[in-house]
Amino acid sequence: MRRIGIDVGGTNTDAVLIEDGQVTAAVKAPTSEDVTGGILEAFAQLKATCVLYGGRIDAVMIGTTHFMNAVVQRRHLTKVGALRLGMPASASLPPFCDWPPELARQVEGGVWMVEGGHEYDGRPFMPLDGAGVRQAAREMRAKGLRSVAISAIFSPLDPSHERAAAAIIAQENPGAAVTCSCDLGRIGLLERENAGLLNAALADLAQDTVAAFEAAIRGSGLDAPLFITQNDGTVAEAAQARRLPVYSFASGATNSMRGGAYLSGLADAMVVDVGGTTTDIGQLTNGFPRPANAVVRIGGVRTLFRMPDLISIGLGGGSHVAFEPLQIGPLSVGYRLLKEGIAFGGSQLTASDIAIAAGLIAIGDRTLVAHLDKASRARVLAEAGRMIEESVDAVKTAAGDVPLIAVGGGAFLVPERLEGVSRVIRVRHGDCANAVGAAIAQVSGEVDQVFRDLPRAAAIAKAAGLAEDRAVAAGADRATLQTVETEDIPIAYLPGNSMRVRVRVVGDVAAAAGARR
Amino acid sequence: MTLREITADDIESLAVGAWILGTGGGGSPYLGLLNMRRLYAEGHRVRLMPAVELADDDWVAAVSNMGAPLVGQERLTDSRTIARAVALMEAHTGYRFRGIMALEIGGGNSIQPLMAAAHLKRPVIDADMMGRAYPEAQMTSVAVGDLKPCPLTTVDVRGLEAIVDKVPSWKWMERVSRKICVEYGSIASTCKAPRTGREVKRWGIHSTTTKAILIGGAVREAQRTHCDPIAAILAVEPGKVLYRGKVRDVERRTTEGFLRGRTQLEGSGDWRGVAMRIEFQNEWIVAWLDGEPIAMSPDLICVLDSVSGEAIGTETIRYGQRVAVIALPPPPVFLTPKGLAHVGPRAFGYDIDFKSVFAA
Repeated sequence: MRRIGIDVGGTNTDAVLIEDGQVTAAVKAPTSEDVTGGILEAFAQLKATCVLYGGRIDAVMIGTTHFMNAVVQRRHLTKVGALRLGMPASASLPPFCDWPPELARQVEGGVWMVEGGHEYDGRPFMPLDGAGVRQAAREMRAKGLRSVAISAIFSPLDPSHERAAAAIIAQENPGAAVTCSCDLGRIGLLERENAGLLNAALADLAQDTVAAFEAAIRGSGLDAPLFITQNDGTVAEAAQARRLPVYSFASGATNSMRGGAYLSGLADAMVVDVGGTTTDIGQLTNGFPRPANAVVRIGGVRTLFRMPDLISIGLGGGSHVAFEPLQIGPLSVGYRLLKEGIAFGGSQLTASDIAIAAGLIAIGDRTLVAHLDKASRARVLAEAGRMIEESVDAVKTAAGDVPLIAVGGGAFLVPERLEGVSRVIRVRHGDCANAVGAAIAQVSGEVDQVFRDLPRAAAIAKAAGLAEDRAVAAGADRATLQTVETEDIPIAYLPGNSMRVRVRVVGDVAAAAGARR
Repeated sequence: MTLREITADDIESLAVGAWILGTGGGGSPYLGLLNMRRLYAEGHRVRLMPAVELADDDWVAAVSNMGAPLVGQERLTDSRTIARAVALMEAHTGYRFRGIMALEIGGGNSIQPLMAAAHLKRPVIDADMMGRAYPEAQMTSVAVGDLKPCPLTTVDVRGLEAIVDKVPSWKWMERVSRKICVEYGSIASTCKAPRTGREVKRWGIHSTTTKAILIGGAVREAQRTHCDPIAAILAVEPGKVLYRGKVRDVERRTTEGFLRGRTQLEGSGDWRGVAMRIEFQNEWIVAWLDGEPIAMSPDLICVLDSVSGEAIGTETIRYGQRVAVIALPPPPVFLTPKGLAHVGPRAFGYDIDFKSVFAA
């Protein structure tokens, strides 16, 4: 297999070529405003190494922070019609009710609430009001809304009402983009619905971005299918990513962690990714980042869906350094390091300058930082180490020492010894771990459901079967599927031995999916 | 008599304080808070009436939401449903309620009387029947007082209504009403047995809404000014810091419909090298320091985030969290032999004698 992995970050677009499991080329290009330019530049650099002419490329896998940035910066968002199936329940808390007002004004195109939804045990809560859905669809069309988010009570347990409503909207409002909250998983109507609304707000941007990626691939003369990497370290075919862009929100940090796992050969470890401005710290379990099973705020909106459990701190190679009192970050020169750092002739003291003076990295002009004495350097590096140490401990789920993989362009800030860490591992190509993580990504399927009156093992087996079917539907090769996560939580107060089971399986991209274009 | 108006800011504080008084359980007040923000934005206002102002023959409604928190996350709290439970009780008994009080000030149920009061334009009575959160119907001051457990109205958002008119005991009330609740879909808004002004004055736990607002306000002020929120709480409540440290382990299991388990903490600062273990049944029940039980129900054991001061629940506590454990004094009604029989350590299956953190 030959795959290209690309990470479109805020500063750099990194690209690697992986052949038969080995990284054979790694390049960096500045990220362009239109995204495409940076990718074209990266392709051009890869080509310049000639490796691309060695044969067919099986897949291009791209990870990007583009969608997250759009929400945070409130740019390129589409107006959304919100349709909730659950009346008469929840009426006093309609869709958008807890959004930051300025974001709601930008995204809300109208709210429709009709009868429907289910109980926790699968009984219908109310029969679906099909006529009401049809009426809503017509009103949305009259308002010119082309993106619709549907949510229904307990739809992760029974998606039939959301699916039926989506079909009605497709009839009445052909061509509208429809997001069903059941595709986003978790229990918690408001948070799941919020994820759906954000997803629907990204409908146009997702369309345009994926089209730009495809154009960049074609423009480079490649004939390879495009996959987009997701929050959980797996990939989706381009068509699915276009439909569910929120699943790509945190793919940058996730890809670094997955890349770190791959390059080190470790499946269970802490990963510290030190970039130019921030450091992401997360934990790998079975080779995947541990998911956050809690509310995650995105652009001020409470959501609950598949996101990695990460801590980000304001520490990076470009972080400003000040003495008395000693302070590193959160301000950073970012990509301007090569102009503004002291070792590069600039005037801002940065963490990189300290590392250059200490001989940890050989970039810039070391004589320009020769005035930084040993004691000061040691203080700064110790402080950086302390910041990382504290976050590593906060990310842990259990006591005990763990191995730690240091990746990213600023990995030199990670000291050799850390409290709670058994050993620090540095890997070749660690500065492109994010692109490596994209290149090796697999396909997943997940189930999060409440089961009643089943023995624990039977409930888990049933959930695993459902998850496997979903993975195959998403493009995985069934023969390669592995369960990477199983969690069961008994539920207090519900009768009949109820438990909530979450199972996630992953597998390699199926050859058939690769051939399909 | 002029009643104090509860401000929008008070309600924000109430949500934070009630979550702390939930002693690990009671469910998050978040959705109730969202409802109240919307009601206030629409112009509704709620007034607070001290229990001592009640006339002996006034009637008071006691309300709570019953059911599985998980269902509440899908069928979101609707402020009108709890008001309907109260209206149904008025229609059933013919009483006109002077005000509405909470069954349980700890957690999400603290907001229920405010929602009913906003719709029905009655005051909230500044009292409850637990002074915290507890898992069962007989763990209340009115059950300790052997007051009548019935009737009880249960309402579902679809318009279903059921009344439990006669049961001989609180245990029976728990059994029968729980069945109705399950059929509704494991969530019901309930109005408990009406109480007279005399009963509320004698058996109610007074001023707990005010207490929750004070505690929450202290925490929010400390957050704003970057002061120690734990010290801020102790400045408004005669509590004690039991421990500071870090969560090193959590074990959970569900038995008989309750979330049971324990968390192990490792100490920091003055508590370095000293281990704490806290056992829970929905709420924090007994805290052990190096194997010695040092705090137990009915003393309130609150586990708080040491930086934000906000409560950490038994469902969500996890490894690595930095916590402060504090004890707050219990309502005196639970310190009598009868009170301890209902909510002392033996009521939760611990064969230990109650000893208060606050005993001289």
